[in-house]
Amino acid sequence: MEVLYFAWVRERIGLPRETVETEAKTVAELVAELRKREERYEAAFADLSALRVALDQELADFDAPLEGVREVAFFPPMTGG
Amino acid sequence: MDIRVQEQPFDFGAEANRFAAGHTEMGAVVTFTGIVRDVADGLQSMQIEHYPGMTEKALEQHAREALTRFKLGDVLIIHRYGVLAPGEMIMMVATAAPHRADAFQAAEYLMDYLKSRAPFWKKETTGDGAGWVAAKDEDEDALGRW
Repeated sequence: MEVLYFAWVRERIGLPRETVETEAKTVAELVAELRKREERYEAAFADLSALRVALDQELADFDAPLEGVREVAFFPPMTGG
Repeated sequence: MDIRVQEQPFDFGAEANRFAAGHTEMGAVVTFTGIVRDVADGLQSMQIEHYPGMTEKALEQHAREALTRFKLGDVLIIHRYGVLAPGEMIMMVATAAPHRADAFQAAEYLMDYLKSRAPFWKKETTGDGAGWVAAKDEDEDALGRW
């Protein structure tokens, strides 16, 4: 699946998007896999309360299932307007 | 319904006039414009990042919801991204309704949702460096009234 990062999450991880091969069943499982990869992922995902997630461009929760999802995005709380 | 996400500036007066002109059955048009505000230590620029695809969807979804919730004839939303200078217009919302209460309320509703549910992020650069603008609790709390 495609994993996208925005704002400081993108800066901390060091790339805007990547293709991830995963067996993760939920967003939380995917986050746990990513955190184990490298220090920069651990740093980006250290505090989940500071993060939001979207599945196929709709806001979702961290316990949401990933079945059928093609695009996951992680970002900080939004500051539009 | 007209929703635009764009990098280039927009002409607020021309947009407001065009929006108001098309609606003879609407007695009230309300417009809101957001402007890049200078900060205490001197803002050099504001960078606005967004999530292409999701942004348009989220704005459209909230505009449709506004049309359902309020007695509304039409909605216009323009939101910019990219690098902006202090004083530049970031975005505008316009609502047209038969009566003013619905037009005012719908504009407030849209602004409340735009602030914390549309995927935009602001980064300010001052003489001290650059930093992402943190979301405010009061913006999240504002959604509670709808």
